[in-house]
Amino acid sequence: MDIPAKTGYLGIDVGSVSTNLVILDEHANVLAAIYRRTQGQPIKAVQEGLRELTDLLVNQEIEVRGVGATGSARHLTGIIVGADVVKNEITAHAVAASLVLPDVNTVLEIGGQDSKLIVLRDGIVTDFAMNSVCAAGTGSFLDHQSARLGIPIEDFGSYAVRSESPAHIAGRCSVFAESDMIHKQQVGIVVEDIIYGLCHALVRNYLNNLAKGKDIKSPVVFQGGVAANAGMKRAFEDALEIEVTVPVHHNVMGAIGSAVLAMELELEPGETNFKSFDVSDLVYETSTFNCNGCSNTCEIVRIKVDGKTLARWGGRCGKWENEDSPGAGKKKVHASVR
Amino acid sequence: MKVTCPHMGHLHWMLDDLFGRLGVEYIKPPPTTTKTLTIGAKHSPEFACLPLKINIGNFIQGLDMGADTLIMAGGHGPCRFGYYGIVEERILRDLGYDFRFMMLEPFGDGKWAFYKTFETLTPGGLGLRKLWKILKVSFTKGRAFDQIHKRTLQVRAYEVNHGDTTRALRQAEKILTQAFTAGEIEEARREALALIDGVEQDPERRVLKVGIVGEFFLLLEPFSNFGLEEALGHMGVYLERSVWVTDWIAPNGDNKIYGFPKDMVDSKAAPYLNHNVGGEGRETIGSIVLMAEREFDGIIQLLPFGCMPENIATSIIPKVQRDHDIPVLTLAFDEQTGRAGVLTRVEAFLDLLTARRGLSLVGANA
Repeated sequence: MDIPAKTGYLGIDVGSVSTNLVILDEHANVLAAIYRRTQGQPIKAVQEGLRELTDLLVNQEIEVRGVGATGSARHLTGIIVGADVVKNEITAHAVAASLVLPDVNTVLEIGGQDSKLIVLRDGIVTDFAMNSVCAAGTGSFLDHQSARLGIPIEDFGSYAVRSESPAHIAGRCSVFAESDMIHKQQVGIVVEDIIYGLCHALVRNYLNNLAKGKDIKSPVVFQGGVAANAGMKRAFEDALEIEVTVPVHHNVMGAIGSAVLAMELELEPGETNFKSFDVSDLVYETSTFNCNGCSNTCEIVRIKVDGKTLARWGGRCGKWENEDSPGAGKKKVHASVR
Repeated sequence: MKVTCPHMGHLHWMLDDLFGRLGVEYIKPPPTTTKTLTIGAKHSPEFACLPLKINIGNFIQGLDMGADTLIMAGGHGPCRFGYYGIVEERILRDLGYDFRFMMLEPFGDGKWAFYKTFETLTPGGLGLRKLWKILKVSFTKGRAFDQIHKRTLQVRAYEVNHGDTTRALRQAEKILTQAFTAGEIEEARREALALIDGVEQDPERRVLKVGIVGEFFLLLEPFSNFGLEEALGHMGVYLERSVWVTDWIAPNGDNKIYGFPKDMVDSKAAPYLNHNVGGEGRETIGSIVLMAEREFDGIIQLLPFGCMPENIATSIIPKVQRDHDIPVLTLAFDEQTGRAGVLTRVEAFLDLLTARRGLSLVGANA
């Protein structure tokens, strides 16, 4: 039996730690979501993510009407898949939170190597903060500690919620936090209290770095990979004395946000830049060279497919981005590369 | 005598003119680049702020080109800047360089000391009258440089062809460098401004109006902020900036280029900060209030990481933001700062400003 093609919007968020892809239907319901590790290979992660996505949707015909890319590899991703909108992750996360909870006032987001605080009023972002000089309170650190304690990161939360009295752990610097944790273990504190203490330290660090002078009002949404950790949710609730909501798709919110942004473009069928799910079979080659135009000697990244240059970027002056290169995609991708 | 000075934006054009008139050989260090900063950071204390590190890099590159006399601006007040000349001299001597070091203290801190510095620069002496005449006409040319730069910050937001404004600016600078008498300078100024206004523009374009405030070196030296002003211009943002070289040099605080005199800016800051905290701390607060009243969409504050006066301002800003309903983005820079991180925050900030205006996020900057 032939099933008519459904309209779908693809959102891709390629971050430092995870690569997330979602397909939304025209009512912004999640049809499929993928959360996988980037492992330092953004192109491969996107290609394999697309492959997994087609596997998930094997019985459905999806006509992709629009594509959004976000995350630190958003420009690269935008070029590979042919994105219609390339947006920073702060905006993408805010858009996704507003979708889940339209009257949301505060978004707490902790990812692999960054953390953000977004303040919204009436669905509009009015203020935000993003960690800049230090990543002590982010997911990479929890990952590292889970490996050291021999407890899978997925189980961290269940340990933390069992704690009766969290250990006080110095959280300003992740290396010193680790020394402090080791010390607490050596004196015999149980692992549950250490893990929950760690959650408290991360929350303290987050609030000190990002929330100074910001008006944190309910409703609060907590998203990003770290939101999977029930101990972190509990620690935020303890510190803020406000109920914190963790959305079902908390770990792919950036991707959802970018898909929603693509939807807002209201493209007609066939108008999208989307190349096809087959890009997962192409061989992309990236290389770098130093521009000798001036003594800044900027490192320029070049991405090629079939020997043809798709795009170049990375300089201070923007001259490589502006060089016309065949198939460099629509202007939209470029405007935000600059 | 071969004199060199650190770079600060387009200051070198003004120095070219001044030293030419004084008959002093000016060794212009190579433009500030990553290489300059690498050299500077290597020889500077870790906790010194970015401007000092860039200064050291410029001085070393100037010394390597044969300079034997270094001039550094002085100053007073709670900011470390007034002490930088002394620290820089010590660092360079410890590295084994031999040179004559001169601190040029602000005119307002003592006319005689100021004249004296110039007397030492010109063997045989020029006499007060002649020196005054030179300073005056050279300053007029400096004003013209500031004016054309200010104009580009506004025109670039509307330019039709990417890069036209910057190209016009380069040409305008060339025209100004060739003007010498007061009459020629005035003529060149008009020609240069006309050249920039002549850039093909799209007057229908929806642009965001953003004010740039903060610490003066970060505002005046594009290298130190990753060419943020130009990047913002290309994203269709109309800019005004609170600090200009000639406003800073002028002893009377009339801020001709900025357009709002220092006492007015200070009075705007007064409800929040009613005394000098060094650097531009008070001016930053006053300018945010002023720009909010003039209905700017938002403000970007730039500072070197660890800057004391700007950090004071930063801690006051949340209150100013609430009272005047104006979004402010604070960006701190040092030699470790990455361009991608800065651009991500700026993009998100522009989205915020766009949404506040009730415009669609996906069409606006695309």
